[in-house]
Amino acid sequence: MNLTTTYLNLNLRSPLIPSACALLSEDLDNIRRLEDAGAGAIVLHSLFEEQLIQERYELHHHLTYGTESFAESLTYFPEPDTFHIGPELYLEHIRQAKESVDIPIIASLNGYTSGGWVEYAWLMQQAGADAIELNVYTIPTDMHLSGTEVEQNYLEILQDVKAEVTIPIAIKLSPFFSNMANMAKQLDEAGADALVLFNRFYQPDIDLENLSVYPHLILSTPHAMRLPMRWIAILSGRIHSDLAATSGVQTGQDVLKLMMVGAKATQVCSALLRHGISHLRVIEQEMVSWMEAHEYESIQQMQGSLSQIHCADPSAFERAQYMKAIQSYKADWAINASAQADAIAYH
Amino acid sequence: MSRKTYATLDGNEAVARVAYALNEVVVVYPITPASPMGEWADSWASEGRTNLWGAIPSVVEMQSEGGAAGALHGALQTGSLTTTFTASQGLLLMLPNLYKIAGELTSAVIHVAARSLAAQGLSIFGDHGDVMATRSTGFALLCSASVQEAHDFALIAQAATLQTRLPILHFFDGFRTSHEVQKIELLDETDLQALIQDQWILEHRQRGLSPDRPVLRGTAQNPDVYFQARESVNRFYQDFPDRLQQIMNQLGERTGRFYQLFEYHGAEDADRVIVLMGSGCETVHETVDALNRAGEKVGILKVRLYRPWDAQRFVAALPKSVQAIAVLDRTKEPGSTGEPLYLDILSTLQEQWPDASSRPNVLGGRYGLSSKEFTPAMVQGIFQNLANAQPKNHFTIGIHDDVTHLSLPYDPHFSTESDAVVRAVFYGLGSDGTVGANKNSIKIIGEETENYAQGYFVYDSKKSGSITVSHLRFGSQPIRSTYLIDRANFVGCHQWHFLESLEVLDLAEMGATFLLNSPYDADQLWDQLPLKVQEQIHRKQIQVYVIDAHRVARENGMGNRINTVMQTCFFALAAVLPREEAIDKIKQSIIKTYSKKGSEIVQMNLKTVDQTLENLFAVPIPQQFTGKAIAPLIPPTAPAFVREVLGKMMIRQGNELPVSALPVDGTYPTGTAQWEKRNIAQEIPVWEPDICIQCGKCIMVCPHSVIRGKVYEPTALATAPSSFKSTSARDHDFAGQQFTIQVAAEDCTGCGICVDICPAKNKSMPSQKAINMAPQAPLREQERENWTFFLSLPLPDRHALKLNLVRQQQLQEPLFEFSGACAGCGETPYLKLISQLFGDRLLIANATGCSSIYGGNLPTTPWSKNAEGRGPAWSNSLFEDNAEFGLGFRLSLDQQAQFASDLLRSLSFHLGDTFVTEILNANQHSEADIWEQRDRITHLKSTLDHLLHTLSDDSLKSKIQTLHSLADALVKKSVWIVGGDGWAYDIGFGGLDHVLASGRNVNILVLDTEVYSNTGGQASKSTPRGAVAKFAAAGKPTPKKDLGLMAMTYGNVYIASVAMGAKDEHTLRSFLEAEAYDGPSLILAYSHCIAHGINMQTAMHHQKAIVESGRWLLYRYNPTLKAAGKNPLHLDSAAPKPPVSHSMYEENRFKMLTKSNSAAAKRLLQQAQEDVEMRWKMYEYLAAH
Repeated sequence: MNLTTTYLNLNLRSPLIPSACALLSEDLDNIRRLEDAGAGAIVLHSLFEEQLIQERYELHHHLTYGTESFAESLTYFPEPDTFHIGPELYLEHIRQAKESVDIPIIASLNGYTSGGWVEYAWLMQQAGADAIELNVYTIPTDMHLSGTEVEQNYLEILQDVKAEVTIPIAIKLSPFFSNMANMAKQLDEAGADALVLFNRFYQPDIDLENLSVYPHLILSTPHAMRLPMRWIAILSGRIHSDLAATSGVQTGQDVLKLMMVGAKATQVCSALLRHGISHLRVIEQEMVSWMEAHEYESIQQMQGSLSQIHCADPSAFERAQYMKAIQSYKADWAINASAQADAIAYH
Repeated sequence: MSRKTYATLDGNEAVARVAYALNEVVVVYPITPASPMGEWADSWASEGRTNLWGAIPSVVEMQSEGGAAGALHGALQTGSLTTTFTASQGLLLMLPNLYKIAGELTSAVIHVAARSLAAQGLSIFGDHGDVMATRSTGFALLCSASVQEAHDFALIAQAATLQTRLPILHFFDGFRTSHEVQKIELLDETDLQALIQDQWILEHRQRGLSPDRPVLRGTAQNPDVYFQARESVNRFYQDFPDRLQQIMNQLGERTGRFYQLFEYHGAEDADRVIVLMGSGCETVHETVDALNRAGEKVGILKVRLYRPWDAQRFVAALPKSVQAIAVLDRTKEPGSTGEPLYLDILSTLQEQWPDASSRPNVLGGRYGLSSKEFTPAMVQGIFQNLANAQPKNHFTIGIHDDVTHLSLPYDPHFSTESDAVVRAVFYGLGSDGTVGANKNSIKIIGEETENYAQGYFVYDSKKSGSITVSHLRFGSQPIRSTYLIDRANFVGCHQWHFLESLEVLDLAEMGATFLLNSPYDADQLWDQLPLKVQEQIHRKQIQVYVIDAHRVARENGMGNRINTVMQTCFFALAAVLPREEAIDKIKQSIIKTYSKKGSEIVQMNLKTVDQTLENLFAVPIPQQFTGKAIAPLIPPTAPAFVREVLGKMMIRQGNELPVSALPVDGTYPTGTAQWEKRNIAQEIPVWEPDICIQCGKCIMVCPHSVIRGKVYEPTALATAPSSFKSTSARDHDFAGQQFTIQVAAEDCTGCGICVDICPAKNKSMPSQKAINMAPQAPLREQERENWTFFLSLPLPDRHALKLNLVRQQQLQEPLFEFSGACAGCGETPYLKLISQLFGDRLLIANATGCSSIYGGNLPTTPWSKNAEGRGPAWSNSLFEDNAEFGLGFRLSLDQQAQFASDLLRSLSFHLGDTFVTEILNANQHSEADIWEQRDRITHLKSTLDHLLHTLSDDSLKSKIQTLHSLADALVKKSVWIVGGDGWAYDIGFGGLDHVLASGRNVNILVLDTEVYSNTGGQASKSTPRGAVAKFAAAGKPTPKKDLGLMAMTYGNVYIASVAMGAKDEHTLRSFLEAEAYDGPSLILAYSHCIAHGINMQTAMHHQKAIVESGRWLLYRYNPTLKAAGKNPLHLDSAAPKPPVSHSMYEENRFKMLTKSNSAAAKRLLQQAQEDVEMRWKMYEYLAAH
């Protein structure tokens, strides 16, 4: 079965790409296992510039804290001539990953400063990355910041990086734009080689016992796939940028659906964390089985076949879809409380 | 002559650079002030720096100086160039090997930062007491007097030892030279190569033991030959001085720095000469020049080579005109006819002076013990003494001896300071970065300009809120002033509150510049200054400049570190360099210093420099005095000894205390820290009664005992201050009573660990707990009043408290309070706990280390006593002997109790059988039992008193008197042997093991910080695998020693492994069980430490994470269970869950390795995880079988 696809100008043997996650790609052995399990490419875990900066402050703090205070202990740590406090380790990881596998290695960058985005992207290219995924991971909470300014920030990051870097650039997006289609169009025009839909923000949880808020990682579930699937369907064929799906991909069928709406690649994470890296091969097998059963020859044959442009009912991806969904769904409680269901439907 | 390269560095680094380059094996053990030499060596080795021959020296930390000496001896005997660094007690521990090394004519140099020996008290500071103890070892003793000399002599010594085969002890003054920063000319590689001949090294190797050419060395010799053999080395000693002088000459020809074994400087026709060695030479040299310029005829003879003593050279070096000589010894030999150098010179002149009739009069004197200041004024005083018709012999200088009247008077106003020298004094806090900034300034001026530079730093005896005083000199000529600045033309006060507690302008000379960090603007400043400061500004016509450095620092992300701000101000005002150039050089230095830590740190500092100058203002000085007088620091209610003696030390006037003021045997009162209100906390905890659940956790974890709780009858509140807080007691056992948690605001360090541990949150606003931090200043007065009232409330009935419940136990009065330990210290809560539980019957043997410093460093001690005058009796013997020292307590107490029992029995006829039996059979298991026994003993003593008055039989009366003196021994005493892991795992392990094996009833508390905390974080055998520490700069490659497991092999030792932050009630239970166990007990107490590189505020919670990961196990091994047929080992923590990386990488000691050597970090992390898993399995097995 021909599973090949083209994503970010890279010819991939499969559209299955493990997404940026330290648990999957921090260890070189895992990277090798991912290749063995059939990954088309690997997005490395993100390099967080803010974290590096924070670590530098911490290192400085701890190396100076309590020093030069007491005659017997003027310092508390030996200080080597040099510290690897920048992206050196990550860059070395790119080099080693490239040496370890034949599939493309996509670096992932979460910048913090305008200079950082560009500098680190350039360094990633120098280290041998085949492409870079910009992981613009922010939650705007400033009430004075307009949507236009938020969008402009994304565009400037992309433009700045594109101006300095020649390898393909993907940008991983949040779904929270007033008009996703317009945002995608702007990014396309700004030169994005691919859009990755969508960044899944970890939502904090409440610890009732300690009356505190804490970060809580929940693995994605299949229904999370619906959102990227809709937007890939809408955007497919309308912009030049490749589209990749991330969030909720659990099975081979999920991948096929995303291919059909126009994705060039699908990123997988939670399924691998749940079932192990070898599960990638299971997903691939599910794809192949379905394709064989339905006499498909290649992935490319189906890519975009059910996008909004090509599908029989383009409106299905628009608001009417929502109304239809509500009407077609009857929960047990709603059967006895139709008034409430109506209220929800009209709300 | 080689090209000159200058550097500014301290004596330790100057020596270590040469020693490292010229050796193959370096054995080290930490001891102040020599530790940095070993640390440099370890650091360079871990970076792969090579020695002169292209090899990376092997740097190995030993378990003690005794061990280092053994390894030194062994490495030398097998032909390697080997060195070590030490001082003081460390040198004493090396003595046996020094005799061996010298007796075998082994080429070696050891470098000693000379330091006082512990006698009536320990001192980390400098004198020659340690070196003088080695006079008879056979080592050559070579003394350098300055940083430059220390650098040069390190080379000279290495060359000389290889050529002559005599081992050399190269010494220089601890702190004054070891820690003084000076601009020096560096030796380069060609200098080293030129002086060290390859042939000598080959010969050294050839003498090494090898099975390829086997020999026997280290024989046992009999009366027939030992004597002759001892004399066989004489030639080597006779030849040594000439050879050494030749090497000195050779160095002089290469560098222009010519040294003599005995170097005279002064008037050719001098009538008076001072002879001495060490850093004092520089001061005498400077004073001699000044006095000769004033028309006197004086000189100095500097002794460089002290052993072998070259009498002829000495006499030859003296001007023949000399009539009187003062020989100064920086040591004291009580009961001798004089100190060593003095006696040597007396005999030398007796033997060698050509004409007995013209032989000069020789006087001996002591100076500078424990780094006591030695100033030109004192030197002048000595010369004056020499000029007197009846000069005083065996004098002292620099102190006021009002007991034996040996001290010389001198004019303290005499000065040789040059106007051409910039003399700057800075008062700062350790935490504000003042010293670092000043060291940086010295580097800039020393290395970037033609100027010479000198820096010396005076530190605090406290580890929290510590004050630093920096003394900096800059000038166009070399600086010989090896004494503190006493007239400064620049004074920087980096903390506003110092104006109230320190005499910051006392050192300012006329027209000086005064830079003040102030929260007040230039136009508001004057009225805020204390009256005394205003008067000094007027009288001395001081120019005042002000900056709100904290604001500038804060606005630029620097937090409390105002170092860059104040450094910039100094350069802007001091005119050492043109302002623009100075600023430019600061910036260059910032880039150089901080680049390795990241561009953000660089930018933060650069931005701060730019903003500083915009905020620096000259202060207009009005004519009116508007300031307030400052209240005395020590209240009049304090005991006289505290007011008159300790109080002087507290306000840094201890130098003024006469001999008579001080105890003759080093015995000091306890309960004195309460009088030292330091007010160092910017924020203090504030209690919210409505939220509090009265769990007692905040009280328990408070490292400084500033949070206390009490329950009391509501009527006690009748006279409470209006702001005093109280609420109903929640515990049913205290029904109807009131409860208060009170904070000693003026003693708090503001560490915040109480807030972090508090489990009670405000339900409407969970960010607020039952205890929250708030600014101290506005609360100070109010809380002082509340604290006083709180202390007046009655203490709970100790007998009624349920000691297994933290909330009740913590109501016990702590007899350990307000220590100067680091803010948030992890050790002190355990000490406080034993003081609460057993304080009134407690004896503590305390190993040297952090706990002996915050426990016993003058002026005050946190060990306290209760209202009845009972409390912990505390003593520190040494570092290495503490277990044995504590065992001695037990042996003595048991012996006394036994003797008292015997006497009691023998007097039962007079005392009554029933009463005697009651005393002898008293069950003293509980607090109440002990109180009952105390009552019996009180009754016994009064009965004995009565018998003494009524009986006439002298032998009986003697027996009664003896029993009276021993009666208290019949009340149970609790002996606790306390120390850190450096003691327990390393230097004191042999003794600790023996004491455990003794079976005697002692309790050993190991405050396990997993590192030598007091000396600045060197690795011990307790240091966990993967941790970066000094002497383990590349991460400790081996796992932590399992001391508890080793102790279990005895089977009769109670062992507990505790971590208060992980499970406080487990800690409490373990302490109670250890005390109750009638045999040796060992408690291993995890103690977080500043040397871990952690957030000290959340350190107790962090302990929990450590335990959860299995890095630290909680368990108890109770031999009494074995007797009951049960498994004595009980695991009290659960199986490890989170990986060790979670807690390890919260600590800089582990995390920094990922930044310096990520591959090693990864490997060691994996091994550390395996260590934990394997250890858990083993313990699980042991607990189950």
